[in-house]
Amino acid sequence: MFTEDVLNQSSSLRKKWEDEVKKVVAKSADQKPEWTTVSDLPIKRIYGPEDIKDMDFEKDIAYPGQYPYLRGNQPTGYRGKYWTFRMFSGMGSAAETNERWHYLLKTGQTGLSTAFDFPTLMGYDSDSPKAKGECGKCGVAIDTIDDFQTLVKGIPLDKITTSMTINPPATAIWAMYLASAEIQGVPINKVGGTIQNDMLKEFIAQKTLMCPPDASVKLISDTVEFGTKFVPRWNTISISGYHIREAGATAVQELAFTLRDGMEYVEDVIRRKGLDVDEFAPRLSFFFNAHIDFFEEIAKMRAARRIWAKAMKERYKAKDPRSLWMRFHTQTAGCSLTAQQPYNNVIRTAVEALAGVLGGTQSLHTNSLDEVLCLPSDHAVQIALRTQQIIAEETGVANTIDPLAGSYFIEALTNEMEEKAWEYIHKIDDMGGMVKAIENGFPQLEISDASYRYQKQIDAGEKIMIGINKYITDEEVEIPLIEIDDSVETEQIARLHEVKRKRDNRHVTECLKDLAQACKKGENVMPFCIEAVKAYSTVQEICDVYREVYGEYRDPGIY
Amino acid sequence: MPDKKIRVLVAKPGLDGHDRGAKVIARCFRDAGFEVIYTGCHQTPEQIASAAIQEDVDVVGLSCLSGAHKYLFPQVVKLLQEQGAGDIAVIGGGIIPDKDMQPLYDAGLKAIFTPGAPLDSLVAWVNENIHPRA
Amino acid sequence: MAELGKRAMEGDIRAASRLIRNMEDNLPGTEAEIKDIFPFTGKAHVIGITGSPGAGKSTLTDEMAAAYRKKDKTVGVMAVDPTSPFTGGALLGDRIRMQRHAEDTGVFVRSLATRGAMGGLSKAVGDGIHVLDAMGKDVIIVETVGVGQQEVEIINHAHTVLVVLVPGMGDEVQALKAGLMEIADIFVINKADRDGASKLYQETLNMLQMGKWDDGWIPPIVTVENVADPISFAQSVSDLTDKIDEHYQFLVKSNILAVRKHRKATAEINESLRATILEPILNELTANGELETMIQKIMKRELDPYSLAELVAKKYMAS
Repeated sequence: MFTEDVLNQSSSLRKKWEDEVKKVVAKSADQKPEWTTVSDLPIKRIYGPEDIKDMDFEKDIAYPGQYPYLRGNQPTGYRGKYWTFRMFSGMGSAAETNERWHYLLKTGQTGLSTAFDFPTLMGYDSDSPKAKGECGKCGVAIDTIDDFQTLVKGIPLDKITTSMTINPPATAIWAMYLASAEIQGVPINKVGGTIQNDMLKEFIAQKTLMCPPDASVKLISDTVEFGTKFVPRWNTISISGYHIREAGATAVQELAFTLRDGMEYVEDVIRRKGLDVDEFAPRLSFFFNAHIDFFEEIAKMRAARRIWAKAMKERYKAKDPRSLWMRFHTQTAGCSLTAQQPYNNVIRTAVEALAGVLGGTQSLHTNSLDEVLCLPSDHAVQIALRTQQIIAEETGVANTIDPLAGSYFIEALTNEMEEKAWEYIHKIDDMGGMVKAIENGFPQLEISDASYRYQKQIDAGEKIMIGINKYITDEEVEIPLIEIDDSVETEQIARLHEVKRKRDNRHVTECLKDLAQACKKGENVMPFCIEAVKAYSTVQEICDVYREVYGEYRDPGIY
Repeated sequence: MPDKKIRVLVAKPGLDGHDRGAKVIARCFRDAGFEVIYTGCHQTPEQIASAAIQEDVDVVGLSCLSGAHKYLFPQVVKLLQEQGAGDIAVIGGGIIPDKDMQPLYDAGLKAIFTPGAPLDSLVAWVNENIHPRA
Repeated sequence: MAELGKRAMEGDIRAASRLIRNMEDNLPGTEAEIKDIFPFTGKAHVIGITGSPGAGKSTLTDEMAAAYRKKDKTVGVMAVDPTSPFTGGALLGDRIRMQRHAEDTGVFVRSLATRGAMGGLSKAVGDGIHVLDAMGKDVIIVETVGVGQQEVEIINHAHTVLVVLVPGMGDEVQALKAGLMEIADIFVINKADRDGASKLYQETLNMLQMGKWDDGWIPPIVTVENVADPISFAQSVSDLTDKIDEHYQFLVKSNILAVRKHRKATAEINESLRATILEPILNELTANGELETMIQKIMKRELDPYSLAELVAKKYMAS
C-alpha cells in the first residue's frame, strides 16, 4: 500500500508522537486503562500506515462494483437510489396493519415490512391454547388467506416490495402472498419482496422453532428453488445476523455466524436441488444489526461484503458478479435502547442508522424511541423515519461512496473483523458445518458467554449505558403507549371460525394430505402450499403437517 | 447438618423466544449460590407451575417480552395457588409498561423487574425476601 | 409439614417434592418419613444412566420417559448436575430437555445438585428413589454426570445401569474401562451417526471381550442415531427401552435381581449408618471444637488418627 519512504517517515514521526504520549500520560493518566468496542475488541490510540501496509489495493480494496466488493456492489452508490426506507410494522388485526401501511406509504416510506404476532411466527392459529394472550400483540395475526387479503388490500403488489419477517411458517405465508397476488391479477413473476426464512439463526438465537434443523433447511431450499424458477424478483431468504446480535453476540460473532449460515444454505441448495450456484445466489440477501459502536459496525458491514465475495468465488466457484454481492438490510439495535430516559433512544438510533448508511446498507429500519416499551406509536415511527430522511437528504453523507475507505483505522478494523470471522468460520467448518455446530451447541454457548460478560460489564460500570448505569435520573417521562386490546383476540378467533365454517373442509383435507405426501417424498412443497392456502387452510394446519412428518424440534436450552 | 439452599425456577412463558435475559439471570442466580432450574422457552403457565412444584422451588422468575405478561404472569400465580403452592413467590421481568405493574402486583406477583435492572438488585431481592422453609 | 410421606403416597406432588428436598437439605426428622414409606417401596425398576458431560444423557432420559409412557408405565426421573465449587450454586440444566412431560401426571422430574457433601448425594438419591417408588412410579431413571466415586455410589441404587458413550471424546473408553466397566449392564453409543462411531463401537466391543461375565449377561452395545430427527430418534430409544426391559426380565429369571437388591440394600445401610452414626458425631465434634483439637494433635504428632478414632468410638459407643 505504501512506499518504503512513506513507511520510514511514518515510523519516525510515530516514534516522536509516542514519546509525547508517554510524557503526557506520565503527568495525567488516561481516563481508563483499556479502550474497547462495545464487543470488547481492543482499540489502539491511533492507527497509521503501518497498520494496513500489507493490504493490496487491487485485491483488498478496489472500487465499488469491483471484486472484492468491499466498497459496495453498485458502481453508483446512493446517487442512483438511496437505500430503501423500510420500517418494520404490524399489529393487531390485518385491517389495522393495512391501515398503518397506507399511512406509511403516504409519509414517504418506500418499502413495506411486516411484523407478525407470535402465534403466526410459531405456526399456531389464533385459537390455539398456546396462543392465548399473544394474538396481535407484537405484530399482525394471520390465520388464513382471508386475513392476508385484508392485509394487502389496496397495496399494488407489482409496485411495492414487501419484506416479511417470517421463519418456520415461511412457506405458508409466502404462498398466501403469491396467491393473493394472483387474485389481484398480478402474475407471480412480477412480484418482489423478501421472506426472512432463515431458520439457522432461530436455532442459534431467536428460538422461533418448529422442525429439526435438517428438515428446516430442506424447506428453505424448496423456497429458493421455487423462487429461482417462478418468482425471480423475490429474495427467498434473508440471512440474519440481527437476532444473533440481539441475543448478545459480539460484532465478530454476528458477522461469522451469519456468513457461515449463508454458506450452509448455499451448500444445501447445491447438494439437495442440484442448482448451479449462479442460478440462485444473486437472490440471497442478508440482514445485519447496526449497534451503537459506530466504527465497529461500519467495519463489520464492509468486512461482510468482502468475506462473502471471497467465499462465493473461491468456495462455491460462482462466476456471475451478482452472486458475489452481499446485499443487506439493516436494523438499528433494539438491545441498545433503554426504557429509562427514552428520548435518548432517538440519538442512539440516529448514530446507528448513520453507521448502517456508511456501511453501505441497501435498506434500513430505524427503531422508534418507544420500542423498548411497547409497539411504536405513529409519532415515534415518524421520528424514526425522519431520521433516515435527514441522513439521506440533509447531512450529505450519501454524496460519496464508502467515504471512510482508506482510513487507517477503518481499513485495519475491517481487516481485523474479517480475520476473526474467518477463524470462527473455519472452526465451524471443522465441526462439519453449521447444522452440526448448532447440534453441538457451539454458537449458542459462545453467544451466551458473550451476553453474560456484557451484562457483568454493565453492572460493574465498565461499559456504559446512559440512563442505566450512568447519568441516572428519577424523572418520569410520559410516553404515550400503544396497546393492543384483548378484543383483537376474540375478533380474530371469530373470523377464523367463520372462515373454517364456510370453506370446503373436504378440499382442505385433500390439500393437506397432498402436502404431507410431498414432504414424505422429498418434493418441493411450494406448489402444494399454494393450493392449500387457496383452499383456506390455516397457517397451523400447514405447520402441523410439517411437525407431523418431520417431527417437532425442542430447544435443547444451551446456556 | 441442615443445608438449606434457595431454589429458583427461571421460566419463559409464552411464544417469544428472546431468552437472553432469562439465561443471563439464570447464570447470575447460580453465581449467587442458588440452585437454578431453567425451563427453556415457550412454556405454558401449566408447565411452569408443574415444574415449580416438582422441583419444590422457593421462587419462580418469569421473563416475557411479547406483551402477553398480562395474561401469562397472573395465570402462573393462579395455577400455583390452585395446586396448594401459593407460598412459592412469583416474580417477573421483561417489557412491562408502568400501568401494568399494579394489576400484576394485585394478581399476586411479588416483584417486577424492568429492563436495566442491575443483576445485583435481583439477587438482593431474593436474599431479602426468600427464606426457604423459615 | 407432617406426614409428607403419607401424602406423597396418596399422590400429593407437593408433599413428595418437599420430602425429597428435606432429605437433600438434611433436615432433622426426615428419616422418620422414610421409615413410614419404606414398607411400600421396592417395586420400581430403577435405571441408572451415566456418561460424560455432553453425551446427550438428558435428551436420552427425556425420550426414554416418553417411550415408557407409550408402554403405559409411570416414570420418575432424578437428574443430578454439579454444584459450582466456587459459588455453591448450580445450574440444573436437565429439566429443560424434559419439560414436555411437565403436564403429564405420569411423569415426575426432579433436579438435584451434587452439593459436594461426602456421601450425601448418594443418600439423597437413594431416599429420593424411595419417595418416587412409594408414589408408585413404575420406572425410575437416575441420571448423573461423570465417572467419579460419587457417581459409582449413586449407580449402586440402580437395577439396570446404562453407560452412555459418544464418538469423538478421545480416551473416554479407556477412562470408563477403569470406572464403570463392572457396573454397566448396557452400553449406549449415542449420536452414532457421527464420525468415529464405528471405531467407538469396536473399542467398546474389544473391551467387553476382555471382561468376565459370570452371571450370563453380556452387556449389549446399543447404538442410538439421529438425535436431531425426532421421529427416528424416538424409534431408536424405544428399541433401547426394549433392551432395558429385557435386562430386567433377565434379572428376574436368573434371580440376579436379588444380587442387585443386595447391592442396593448394602449402599442404603452404608449411607444410613454414615448419616445416623458418623455425621452426628462429626457435627458435634466440629461444633465443640474437638475435631480441630484432634487435627492439631495429629499435625504435632502427639497422637495418631487411629488412637484418636478409638477414643471417639469409646466415648460414643459406650452408651
